[in-house]
Amino acid sequence: MWSTVFPYLLSGISVGGQYALIAIGYTMVYGILRLINFAHGDVFMVSGILMVYLVASGIPLYVSIPLVLVLTAFIGFLIERVAYKPLRSAPRMSVMISAIGVSYTLQNLVLYITGGLNQIYPTIPWISNSVTIFGATTKMVTIITPFLTILLVFALVFLINKTKIGMAMRAVSKDFETSQLMGIKINSVISTTFVIGSFLAGVGSMLYFTNYTTVIQTSGAMPGLKAFVAAVFGGIGSIPGAVVGAFIIGIMENIIKGLDVILFKAGMIAKPLGLATFSDAFTFALLIIILVVKPTGLFGEKTTDKV
Amino acid sequence: MKEFASDKKSRVPAFLSFVVIALFYLAVFIAEQHLPATSMLFTVLKKGATYALVAVSMNLLNGFTGIFSLGQAGFMLIGAYTYAIFTIPLEQRESVYQYFQGGAVHFTVPVPVALIFAGLAAAFFAFLIGLPVLRLKSDYLAIATLGFAEIIRAIFQWNQLGPITNGSNMLRMFPNFNDFNIRNASGEVTVYLSTTIPFIIAGVCIALIVLLIHSGYGRAFKAIRDDEIAAEAMGINLAHHKQLAFSISSFFAGVGGAMLAMYQTTVQAKSFTSAMTYEILLIVVIGGVGSVTGSVFSSFLFVACSEWWLRFLDEKQMIGTFEVPLLRNGFRLVIFSLIIMIVVLFFRRGIMGTKELPDLFRRKTKEGIK
Repeated sequence: MWSTVFPYLLSGISVGGQYALIAIGYTMVYGILRLINFAHGDVFMVSGILMVYLVASGIPLYVSIPLVLVLTAFIGFLIERVAYKPLRSAPRMSVMISAIGVSYTLQNLVLYITGGLNQIYPTIPWISNSVTIFGATTKMVTIITPFLTILLVFALVFLINKTKIGMAMRAVSKDFETSQLMGIKINSVISTTFVIGSFLAGVGSMLYFTNYTTVIQTSGAMPGLKAFVAAVFGGIGSIPGAVVGAFIIGIMENIIKGLDVILFKAGMIAKPLGLATFSDAFTFALLIIILVVKPTGLFGEKTTDKV
Repeated sequence: MKEFASDKKSRVPAFLSFVVIALFYLAVFIAEQHLPATSMLFTVLKKGATYALVAVSMNLLNGFTGIFSLGQAGFMLIGAYTYAIFTIPLEQRESVYQYFQGGAVHFTVPVPVALIFAGLAAAFFAFLIGLPVLRLKSDYLAIATLGFAEIIRAIFQWNQLGPITNGSNMLRMFPNFNDFNIRNASGEVTVYLSTTIPFIIAGVCIALIVLLIHSGYGRAFKAIRDDEIAAEAMGINLAHHKQLAFSISSFFAGVGGAMLAMYQTTVQAKSFTSAMTYEILLIVVIGGVGSVTGSVFSSFLFVACSEWWLRFLDEKQMIGTFEVPLLRNGFRLVIFSLIIMIVVLFFRRGIMGTKELPDLFRRKTKEGIK
């Protein structure tokens, strides 16, 4: 039983870590702008494509990895400046539509550049190596992801709780207008948020695509949506919530992928039921349930609407 | 208020718009008889009519009731499948459901009935999902409905439901738009109706939506959009009206889905992605959130640009001996998305704002009097 479940659990934890890195971007942006940044999943995908092209152009890995992270962060910054900043005083729906527009644009741009073909993600040595743990063979990246994720989250929590810019972020997410009156430069705080979020998505993309090996213009859509669900599940605006939510979703999703095999080996079903079809749908079912039962998520703060 | 005032004014603008629409229908009918059926024009008109209906149904929710739903693709999927399942001719079922021994459904219904079934099925699912989801606020609602569409997509691809949905295989052989053409005994087409009929279906549905918008319910919807709390204080039952708008909008999205099935001649669940919903949302935004005319107009514009007018961007173009740079497969979509971004950022009211067709004539006649 355990030996059947373990490989799925392992890849679940790994994917969960990768979702967590994307989810932080969603949750931070939502915390400050009250915006579902639909383009975030596509930033994650573009980061993967950048890596493919930089490595293909002959730049050595020790240069291209940091370069990709910097460029991804810059893209996040650019998107905010071009597509969200002009709409700061517009209704929330306009900004959300703008985000969908950006997502559409990024996907089409990548479609144009790549010609719509699957791009093989470059092999990053060591983390692509195979490794056997408790009888399950997997890639090194599976083992590294959760640790790296936790490390980055601690760094981020430190940044938010102990530094000046972190304090500014917390102030802005508490009350946009008052913090502006207190002399906080809103725009630079928001830009920083996008830079951090995109940087983490960049790291996430390296781990994710090392695992899945191909990138195409639609690769970012599903992980993006799932990471968003993770952020909502954990309580949007809360970083630990997003991480916990992402791990739960990653694990559950992979368990469902293997549910047929697990149940079959346990002798509970006679023939495969094709339950793996629901691995994506489950995430959204979870979303609807949590929204109905506890709309603020696991760690979210209760808010009330004012007239 | 505006609406109230306009009731007292002359009926000329409304009459004029009716004439314009009737002339347009007549033009479509005549063009269809005389132009070759393979013309790109008809592809655009058919797909445009389909998208117009779906866009208007989305506008009813997003623009008129203020419910930001992103579930459109899911409801279209339900409609498309319901239509296909009930209309595949019995003798073809064996080959369509080849992996499921001819499927579990062993009867067919006429096309108009199947269209209504398509709408009802979508409305029924909308009612069920609306019970929990409509309590949510703006963006949570958006993401929940988006998630619902993804769930539906998975369910329809589930192998265990294969005898009904054909699993992840496509449904085909059902009546499509070309079957509306009237043929004589030898199989030659005598009257072309393959574009006119979709126009009539979409037209009737959109007319019903317009009537709804102008009814007491429509006013209640607008009140909810403008201020939920105030609307509730005025005695409008929020849950009831939201549920109603959601189900009706989904009904027409379902019919639109059935039309899309007819347009495509095949249906496969995996093509009803959230990207499809985004596309329809962008159409609504370009046309103007809160304008039926705008949605219809921008549907045709959107389809024409993406299928026809901007096609040249995808191919190499030579000006004399100079090869225009950048032009290759996919460039069309890049230009297209940039145009959309410009509209979203700088022309937020879209083409029509909240104006309708009669308003255009109204302004003109006013100026004429002055």
